Amino acid sequence: MKDPNNKKFRDPQLINKIVADLQKWQQPIKIMEVCGSHTMAIGHWGIRKLLPPSISLISGPGCPVCVTPSSLIDELIKLKGVKIATFGDLIRVPGKEETLEQARARGLDVEIVYSPLEALKLAEKKETVFVGIGFETTTPGIAQTILLAANQKQKNFSVLPAFKLIPPALDALLSEEDLSLDGFLLPGHVSVIIGSQSYNLLPHKYGIGGVVTGFEPLDILRAVKILTEQIEHGEATIVNEYNRVVNRDGNKVARHIIEEVLQVNDALWRGMGLIPKSGLTINEKYKEYDASKKYEIMLKDEEAKTGCRCADVLKGKIIPSDCPLFASKCTPANPIGSCMVSSEGSCAAYYKYER
Amino acid sequence: MKNDIITLGHGSGAGLTKKLITDVFDKNFNLPTLDDGVEIENRMVVSTDAHVVQPIFFPGGDIGKLSVTGTVNDVSMSGAIPKYILITYIIEEGFSIKELKMITESVQKTAEKAGVKIIAGDTKVVEKSKADGIYITTTGIGFLSDKVELSSAKIKAGDKIVVNGNLGDHTVAIINERQKLELDPPPKSDCAALNKLVQVMLKSGKVRFLRDATRGGVATILNEVAEETGLGIIINEEALPISANVEAICSLLGLDALYMANEGKLIGFIAPESEDVISEMKKNVLGEKSAVIGETTDKFTGVYLRTSIGGMRPLLMLESDPLPRIC
Repeated sequence: MKDPNNKKFRDPQLINKIVADLQKWQQPIKIMEVCGSHTMAIGHWGIRKLLPPSISLISGPGCPVCVTPSSLIDELIKLKGVKIATFGDLIRVPGKEETLEQARARGLDVEIVYSPLEALKLAEKKETVFVGIGFETTTPGIAQTILLAANQKQKNFSVLPAFKLIPPALDALLSEEDLSLDGFLLPGHVSVIIGSQSYNLLPHKYGIGGVVTGFEPLDILRAVKILTEQIEHGEATIVNEYNRVVNRDGNKVARHIIEEVLQVNDALWRGMGLIPKSGLTINEKYKEYDASKKYEIMLKDEEAKTGCRCADVLKGKIIPSDCPLFASKCTPANPIGSCMVSSEGSCAAYYKYER
Repeated sequence: MKNDIITLGHGSGAGLTKKLITDVFDKNFNLPTLDDGVEIENRMVVSTDAHVVQPIFFPGGDIGKLSVTGTVNDVSMSGAIPKYILITYIIEEGFSIKELKMITESVQKTAEKAGVKIIAGDTKVVEKSKADGIYITTTGIGFLSDKVELSSAKIKAGDKIVVNGNLGDHTVAIINERQKLELDPPPKSDCAALNKLVQVMLKSGKVRFLRDATRGGVATILNEVAEETGLGIIINEEALPISANVEAICSLLGLDALYMANEGKLIGFIAPESEDVISEMKKNVLGEKSAVIGETTDKFTGVYLRTSIGGMRPLLMLESDPLPRIC
């Protein structure tokens, strides 16, 4: 690769030029970055400080760990005699009584993996449940692992499906009345799979524009600039700024794998409740790899009453620092809500970058 | 929520470790200092360190080398010249004697190179599966020359902050091995004894305070210093020495080199106008990439990073580390 670390998307001169333009913007507008990696990048580069006060960036429901109901943790802790393989983000998410990390310290067999393939390998030695959390970006790799398991006839492996879909969540979000948004920064990685056309409902149904964008400072600033131009001209369309990796229709191979193994279902979102057709579960053909069937796991929509306002943060109704627990009772070392746990969670990103 | 047992987070060197030290250890011992090394009497400094790194052998080092460099560095950061090391092995039943020999040869080789002597030790063996291979504890003894007096209390506003080279190499080497990322060429740990580099720096008389940037990384140490001194710190992202490899791994896995453990990197607070110190550091093989990364100020408190695109963000203490057994 010629530019492995994307230096040209960090060009200070170009950045200064866009920032100078944006500084002239006066009309107060609210732009939601849907994706947790965008929240992180905005914090990491100090981008909020480069924007005028009239432009506020608010964080949306795009961190998979944050929108997973905490009852999933409780259900995992009940599993005995199996190995639980999970991405690291989940390990400190509080359940009703304990985190997986604490349960592990008491003897629950929990192992952090960086790829579902590692989990399939672990199944060679012990019955393993992989926690299937993720958006459209992560799902194809997990679905492919289920295909591999079926190929190997690996009966010791199953996946607990808690996969989520972005477009239905945006639809649910926008149908709430007290939310006023002027535009969206749309997730780059998710769009690689589903394609930029997947967001057409935003302008068509709600008259709001969105820009599919990458994670470098120039990507994000350019996307904000495009949105201000749309707002100025009274337009609302979906623009693909991240066209170096995203196309209109997405990745057909990946989508084919998803269609082979998974099916669209209603899904439970932490803070947003049951959203129709917003999740993926394992279909009939591959049901023996479905941990929710194998171990009879049902997720409940009940969150402990802690005063945590994750739900409002996920909907972009408040910014993390508006929550009374933020940075006092709730910190990354001692999280109360899941938005403080995942490095992509809005609260964790605000704690780290925006205090 | 239950909080009554030790979790891996308590060993991360971050917030939870600090809480454990305050709530349990310091409450009982009433320690004179929470620093790694402490001056006891007659200008003698002692320090102790346990090593549980996994894997035991990694590119750039092994648990034996690490157990010497870790303690040599802890003693050196006080400004003392390390002289002696005591070593304790805790070994799991079934461990290979061939590997034990390799580790021990590495201990001796590293000690010779650093100019320290292994003077005593202890060996314990525990039942199969009651430990993971081998753990090594070392205690170091060193001596301060009369003129040397390093302390965070000596840091003044306007002091320069230096590091002696690339950040994050040790952590990335361990991640690459453990997660089988198969980076090519495999990244090497920076594991090295810094005592000679420290002595080069001390000659100038301009060094106020030194710390080795192990668990918690550069950011955590800067926060500790800001807290102890009440001064503000501004770091210039553009000036941070970070290799392209480490930067790429950081973006891939969502990590930050400023929070990664190093095993051969120090942070120095030195008087302004200290170009001579930097140029002397650069002549040492362990300081070739030395750089001034920021400075202290009395205009604000806390630690801030000026990003390479001109943004600003606070740089907080590490709260929790996802990677256990890094050293």
